[in-house]
Amino acid sequence: MIEVKNLYKSFGEGDKKIVVLENFHARFERGKTTSIIGGSGSGKSTILKLLIGAYKADAGEILIDGEDVTQLDNERMNEVRKKFGVMFQSGALFNSLTVEENVALPLREHTQLNDSTIRIIVKMKLEMVGLRGAEHLKPAQLSGGMIKRIALARAIALDPKIVFYDEPSAGLDPISIGVIDELIMSLSRKMAITSIVVTHELPSAMRISDKIIMLFKGKIIANGSPEELKNSDDPRVIQFIKGDPDGPIPFSKSQVDYGEELKQMNI
Amino acid sequence: MRHLFGYIGEKGYRSRSAALDFFREISGLYYLTRATLYCTFIEPLRGKPNKWGPVWIQMEEVGVKSTGIVFLISFLIGVILAFNSAYQMSRMGALDYVGALVGVTVLKELGPLMTALVIAGRVGASFTAEMGTMKVSDEILALETMALNPVKFLITPRFLALLIMLPCLTLMADFMGILGGYVVGVTTLGIDSAPYIQHSLEKMKVIDVVTGLIKSGVFAVIIVMVGSYLAFIIEGGAEKVGENTRSSVVISMVLIIIANLLFTALFYFIT
Repeated sequence: MIEVKNLYKSFGEGDKKIVVLENFHARFERGKTTSIIGGSGSGKSTILKLLIGAYKADAGEILIDGEDVTQLDNERMNEVRKKFGVMFQSGALFNSLTVEENVALPLREHTQLNDSTIRIIVKMKLEMVGLRGAEHLKPAQLSGGMIKRIALARAIALDPKIVFYDEPSAGLDPISIGVIDELIMSLSRKMAITSIVVTHELPSAMRISDKIIMLFKGKIIANGSPEELKNSDDPRVIQFIKGDPDGPIPFSKSQVDYGEELKQMNI
Repeated sequence: MRHLFGYIGEKGYRSRSAALDFFREISGLYYLTRATLYCTFIEPLRGKPNKWGPVWIQMEEVGVKSTGIVFLISFLIGVILAFNSAYQMSRMGALDYVGALVGVTVLKELGPLMTALVIAGRVGASFTAEMGTMKVSDEILALETMALNPVKFLITPRFLALLIMLPCLTLMADFMGILGGYVVGVTTLGIDSAPYIQHSLEKMKVIDVVTGLIKSGVFAVIIVMVGSYLAFIIEGGAEKVGENTRSSVVISMVLIIIANLLFTALFYFIT
């Protein structure tokens, strides 16, 4: 189980300081799937990077199985990292290695298993994602959906307790999205994996999640089951669900008033 | 007047931030080098042995596949040296000493230096481009989240491979350079084979070969560390990969020349 308390994160210094995450609280229950949704720039990818230890939080606690990982040094953090798998948006497969070597990499580096055992495990993982037989292909020869499935196979190679998914369905066709969603659901059911999904695909988040956290400008604006979110009367949530261009979530990202900025231009 | 002060102030501010950037890069390079040395030489003693498989692959990539270009360039350098020195030497009536001059110059300076420059262009660039692309496509982040140290996983094999192969290539370059001088000396310049070899052997010393090899070891460290550092700091996309690949070659070449100067001065004073 992961518990996050009072998490803050900002980038830049002085005048250019931008707060991307403010007072973030969440509980990610064991064996449950939690989605973090929000528009681009809402801070959802930042949360993922904080949780996997790629960024350091300005303040707050991240408790993974009761251990505050924000205080750990790199060596102890590596021990924690062995508990979880990450599926990146781009897949982040190693292009110089074959599919089999990619999935086998965490097993080769972190276990004492012999080669034939590793190859059997790799075959099992590939079967779980429905790509047995692709062992000898290079990532460049795979389609986007296949890359994500291989990335998922690699993420679960060490049988982690927690799996993070970064935009698992971005840029895929509807059938591939359905396949990935089905995989996420069956993994958390069969292996009691705690799944944390960062996405902006609302339909797939509704389908797979036990709980949805919605972010806007670094703050939580909704937190509940998919049903609760559908029945929400918060105009920002309604706008996001409907996909309205007009509403409380503005289309323009600029901070300064348009007229003012035009007047101040030195031409 | 106000404009002038404003101008100076702005210039001063800019150069100050440029100086800060410079020192930030230097300290970054220092920390990465320290981490690499630690991962390569200290960690194996603490029960995390290096894997030699990737080292072999890199040795083939950086060493074996570079032999052709190194052979060609060092042979031609030998030829050029022989032609140029022959003109001067013949005016002094010391044509037989062309071999000695070519031999000593190649062993002491041009062998290690030209090899390092060629490898900086061929291998340093590919290190930065390859690892930079990995950085951009989140592969390095993926390594970290798999609890694998990217320094140990990516830099150590390249570091060991080049540390072994660059001195080897330098030895071959030394040989090819001397051979180039000999071929031209004997066939074109009309020097007899026996005095050419005799004078060469008289002047060339083992210590020159050894200092050349020490230098090439230092050059190897420069090429790998500059190439890797500039790859690891890449943020953004393809544009930055191209930019840093270019910088990697330029910076390694400049640092190699500066290091060579320091070594030459050092050897000049202690010998």
